[in-house]
Amino acid sequence: MIPAAFDYTAPESVADAITALGSDSEEIKVLAGGQSLIPVLRLRLAAPTLLVDIGRIEELSGITEEADTIVIGAMTTHADVAESDLVREHAGLLAKAAQTVADPQVRHRGTLGGALVHADPAGDLPAPILVLDAELVIAGADGERTVAAADFFEDMFTTAVGENEILTKIRVPKHTGWGAHYEKFTRVAQQWSIIAVAVTVQVDGGVISQAKVGLVNMGSTPTRASAVEQALVGQPATGDAAKHAASAAADGTSPPTDTNGDAAYRRHLATVLTGRAVRAAVGG
Amino acid sequence: MTVTEDRPTTEVGSSRLRKEDQRLITGRTRWTDNITLPGMLHLAMVRSPVAHAKITSIDVDAAKASPGVVAVFTGADINDEQGSLPCAWPITEDQLAPPHPSIAVETVNFAGEIVACIVARTAVAAKDAVELVDVEYDDLPVVLDMAAAAEGGDLTHPDLGTNVSATWVFDSAEAETGGNVEQAISEAEVLIERTFRQQRLIPAFMEPRSVVCDPTGEQTTVWSATQIPHILRLMLALTCEISESKLRVIAPDVGGGFGGKLQVTPEEVVTLVVSRRLARPCKYTETRSESLLAGHHGRDQIQKLTLAAKQDGTVTGLKVELLADMGAYLGLVTSGIPILGAFMYNSIYKFPSYRFVCKNVFTNKNWTDAYRGAGRPEATFAIERLMDELAAEIGVDPIDIREKNWIKHEEFPFSTVAGLEYDSGNYEAATAKAKELFGYDALRAEQRQRRDAGDQVQLGIGISTFTEMCGLAPSRVLGALSYAAGGWEHASIRMLPSGKVEVITGSSGHGQGHETAWSQIAADRLGMPFDDIEILHGDTQVSPRGLDTYGSRSLTVGGMAVVAAADKVIEKAKPIAAHLLEADADDLEFSAGRFNVKGTDSSVGLTDVSLAVFAAHNLPDGIEPSIDAEATFDPANFSFPHGTHLCAVEVDTETGETKIRDYTCVDDIGKVVNPLIVEGQVHGGLVQGIAQALFEEAVYDDAGTLVTGSFVDYLVPSAADIPHFTTGRTESPSTTNALGVKGVGEAGTIASTPAVVNAVVDAVRHLGIDDIEMPCSPHRVWTALQTASSGADTPRDKTMVDDNADPSHNAQVSDGSGAEGFTGQGGLG
Repeated sequence: MIPAAFDYTAPESVADAITALGSDSEEIKVLAGGQSLIPVLRLRLAAPTLLVDIGRIEELSGITEEADTIVIGAMTTHADVAESDLVREHAGLLAKAAQTVADPQVRHRGTLGGALVHADPAGDLPAPILVLDAELVIAGADGERTVAAADFFEDMFTTAVGENEILTKIRVPKHTGWGAHYEKFTRVAQQWSIIAVAVTVQVDGGVISQAKVGLVNMGSTPTRASAVEQALVGQPATGDAAKHAASAAADGTSPPTDTNGDAAYRRHLATVLTGRAVRAAVGG
Repeated sequence: MTVTEDRPTTEVGSSRLRKEDQRLITGRTRWTDNITLPGMLHLAMVRSPVAHAKITSIDVDAAKASPGVVAVFTGADINDEQGSLPCAWPITEDQLAPPHPSIAVETVNFAGEIVACIVARTAVAAKDAVELVDVEYDDLPVVLDMAAAAEGGDLTHPDLGTNVSATWVFDSAEAETGGNVEQAISEAEVLIERTFRQQRLIPAFMEPRSVVCDPTGEQTTVWSATQIPHILRLMLALTCEISESKLRVIAPDVGGGFGGKLQVTPEEVVTLVVSRRLARPCKYTETRSESLLAGHHGRDQIQKLTLAAKQDGTVTGLKVELLADMGAYLGLVTSGIPILGAFMYNSIYKFPSYRFVCKNVFTNKNWTDAYRGAGRPEATFAIERLMDELAAEIGVDPIDIREKNWIKHEEFPFSTVAGLEYDSGNYEAATAKAKELFGYDALRAEQRQRRDAGDQVQLGIGISTFTEMCGLAPSRVLGALSYAAGGWEHASIRMLPSGKVEVITGSSGHGQGHETAWSQIAADRLGMPFDDIEILHGDTQVSPRGLDTYGSRSLTVGGMAVVAAADKVIEKAKPIAAHLLEADADDLEFSAGRFNVKGTDSSVGLTDVSLAVFAAHNLPDGIEPSIDAEATFDPANFSFPHGTHLCAVEVDTETGETKIRDYTCVDDIGKVVNPLIVEGQVHGGLVQGIAQALFEEAVYDDAGTLVTGSFVDYLVPSAADIPHFTTGRTESPSTTNALGVKGVGEAGTIASTPAVVNAVVDAVRHLGIDDIEMPCSPHRVWTALQTASSGADTPRDKTMVDDNADPSHNAQVSDGSGAEGFTGQGGLG
C-alpha cells in the first residue's frame, strides 16, 4: 500500500493553488482532506505526478452567514459542518447528512468540498447540497464563477470543476424552520450508502408547503425525486401522505447492481426509505 | 524472601488483566514488520490478474532496470529450490493434488497467484517495479462452480484428469458405531432435506502477514507472523531441502490469525529462498489487498443434508453429502478441514445412524484452509438449522425437540454415533440458564403478538445448542486420520537462582493471552507469585519443542504440559528440600510454594531450593544440581465444550434489514483459568460467527476475479454493528485433563452462526420462508420475502440465489405485503 512517487506542494492562498494547478506537471490532483484520494493513491488506482495540498489555505475553512445564505468554506471538515449551529439552524439536512459520514476520524479529516468534487455516487454530501439548491463557487485563473448544484454534478466522479480550478465555497440558501431527515441504508456502520434519501420539507399548519427530496446512489449522480416533491406539496404532514407520495421515488432512476443488492432492490428501497425520510422530516 | 501475603490464594479463576496487553495495544513491540536488519532488502510480489492461464512469457528487463531493484525472480528462476508447498493431511490414500509452487512456473491457477518477485533496496522501489513486469497469459477455461466441477467438464488441473481431489466417507454401520442410515431414511416418518451453503470467508486478521529472513548466521533465522513457528521450521526444511538444524523460526508478537496463519505460505518460501540466494536479509510484508486476495480463505462448502425422524420428533438418522471447495491447491491442512467437521454433525444428539461423505473439489480460486472453527462451524450450522426445521415440521418448540434428542447429563461419558467419547457436559443446565437470562418466554410472547398484528418488523428467536471437539488432538487419533503430525504439546520450566521462573511453552500465542493464563497456572502449581513468572514462546531456539496454536488446543494441551512440568519441578525439588530441612522426603508436604515437615513449623521455600541448586554447595549425594523440568503432554481424548446460545433478531419486512436485539449465551467450557480472557474470547468469537451469518462473503466474478478485494466490499462488522452480549457459564469440568478445562477459542464462532440464521428464518417462517442463504443480507431477506409472497418456489428450492440476478418478481415490489404505515419501526433504522 505504497503510492507511486509524486511531487507535493502546499500553497497558502487560493491564488498560489491556482498557479500550482497551472504548472506543467503531467497529472495534478488536489488533496482536500484525502479521505478518498489517499486510498486511491495507496491502491495505485491513480498515480498523479503532483499533489496540490490545499489544507493550509486558511480562507477555505469556516462557516459564515450572509443575509439569506450560509457560506461554507470548501475545506471545512464534516465534523465542523455537522456541529455548526448555523448549519443546524438553517440547513439542518446538511448537518444531519454530515453526521453520518464514515466514522469520527474521517469526519475530522474529510472536507465538504473534497467530498463534493470527488462526487462519489454513494457519497453522503452531494444529495443534500443538490436538494438545498446550493451554489458552488469555483476559482480559476480568470477569477471566480458560481455554478448551481443542479449543474455541478456531471457524472460519476465528474463535476463542473475544471482541471485548473478549485472549489472554494459552498453557498447554501437558508432553509430556516424546515424539517429535515437523512435516511442512510447500509449493512455495516462504516460503509458507503447502499442508497440514501435526503429530505427537507416546510410545513405550514400541518400541510406540506415545500418539499425537496434527493437520492444517493440511485444513478451516477445525486438525483432529485421531483415526482415525490410535487406529490408532497399541499399534502397533510402525515405518514400516509408521505408513503403515497414516496411510491414515485424511483421514477427515472438507474441504480447500480452490486454485492449489496440489485437495481430492482434499490428502487424498492428508494420508495420505502423516501416514505420514512419524509415522515421523519415532517415530524421535526 | 518471596512476599506472598497480598496475592490471591488461587490465581486460577481470577480475572487478571492481561500482562501482554500494554505492549500489544501500543504497538511498542516486535511485530515482524517492525524488524529492520543491516543491509536488508525488500520484496514485492507480482501477482496474476487472471484465474487460469498458461504463462507464455515474462519480461522482467524493465523491472530489473528500475532504480533500487537488486533482482527479479520468476518461478523458473527458483524452481530448483522452491519445492512444492506442503499438504500435511492426505485424507485418503488416493488423494490427488497438483504440484504447489510458491511462484507459478507454467500456469497460474487463481487470480492473485505469485508470478514473479521483485527484490529491491526499499519497499517503495520494489513496489514501483511490480508494474514494470510484463507477463503474457494464454487463457484457459476458468472453473469456479464447485458443484459443476465435481461432475466433470473443464478441469482446474488437466493433468489430474478430474476436479475431485478425494472422497472421504464415514459410515456408522461400517464403523460399527451405529446403524444404517439408508434404512433409517427409508423407514422415516419425517424426513427433512435441505441444502445449505457455507459461503467463502476471509480470515481478516488484524496484522497482515509478514516475514523476515536473515541468512547471515550459521542458522538462517526466519521471523514470521505465523501461528505455527515449530511446524513452519519443519515444513520449510522439508520443502526447500534445508537441514532443519540450519533453520531457526521465530514468531514474534503476532496480531491475530484465526487459522489464517496456520499455513506454510508461498511468501515465506520465496523470502527464504531469495534471501539465501542473495545472502542478504530480506523482508516481505503483504498489503491488506494482498491479504484478502492471497491469504488462504475459509469455509466454502455445499451441504446436502437428510435427517430422518419419527413423528414424535425422535431423530433416527443423519446423512451428510458434502462438497468442499479446495480452491486451486491444497494448503497445509486444506483437505482435512471438512473432516474436522465429520465427527460433529451429530452434535449433542443421540442419532442411531449416521453417514458422512465429502468430496473435495478443485476450482480456480484461492485455496481454502483453516478458519476459526475449521469444519466444526459448518457441522454445527447444519445440525442446528436442521433441528429448527424438524421442530417446525412437527410443530413443537425448537428447544423441546433438542431436549428430546440430546444426551442427558447422567448419560456421560457417552459414545457417539461418530465414534467419539464425550467426557462430560450438562445441556439441561446450560439451556435452563440461557432461557432465564434471555427471557425466552417473554420474547416468544412478543413474537406471537407481532405476528398476530402483522407488524412490519417481525421478531425471530434462534437457538443453537452446540458442542465442539477441542484440544486437538490425541496423537493416535490424528494418526488414524492420516494427519502427518501428532497432537502433543511441550513445556519446560527454568527455576532461576533469584527466585524467578521461566516457563517455556510450545504453544504459540497470537493474541489469546497465553502469557497471563500460563502464569496463573504456573503460579498456582508452584505456589509462586504471578509477577515472578515469565512465559517464553514462539522461538524454536528458546522453545525447542512444540506443535503451536490452533484448534482450541493451547490450554487443554499446552496448559496441561505446563502443569506436568511444574509437578516434575516439585518432585525434583523435594529430596533437596528434605536434605536442607534434615528431614525425610516422605515427611514433607508441598503447599503455597513451601515444603513443610508435617506436624512442625519447619519449612523451606521452593525458591530457596532454586538457590541451593544454583550454588550446588550442599546437595544430597547423587542428585543433579537442577530442578528444571520439562514435560510433553499428549491428551487421551478431545475435550467437548458446549453451550446454549439464544438470539433474538428483528426483521424489517419492508427492507429485509435484520437487527440483533438480544444475544445470550451460556457456555460450558469446564474450569476457567481467567474469566476475563474467556469473556474476550467469547465476545470476539460471537462477532466472527455473526459476521458469517449476516455480513461477510468472499465473492468472485465470472472471470474468477475477487470482487470483495478490500474492506469496502468485504464487510467486517465493527463494534457499532454488534449488540450487547449477555454471557453466562455453567461448569462441567473435563474429566480427561487435570485442569478440567475444555477450550474456548472457537466456541463463540461455532455457536453463533446458526443461532442468528435460525432467528432470521424464525422471524419470517410464518410468511412461508424456511431458509435464507448466508450472509442473510437485507437484499437476500427481502428477496426471500418477495418470493414467498408471490407464491413461487420456496427459497430453499433455489439454493444458489444469484445476488446479481434481477429476479422478475422484484418488479411489483411496491405492492409488497406487510407495509402497514409507519408503525412498529422501533429499534430499526
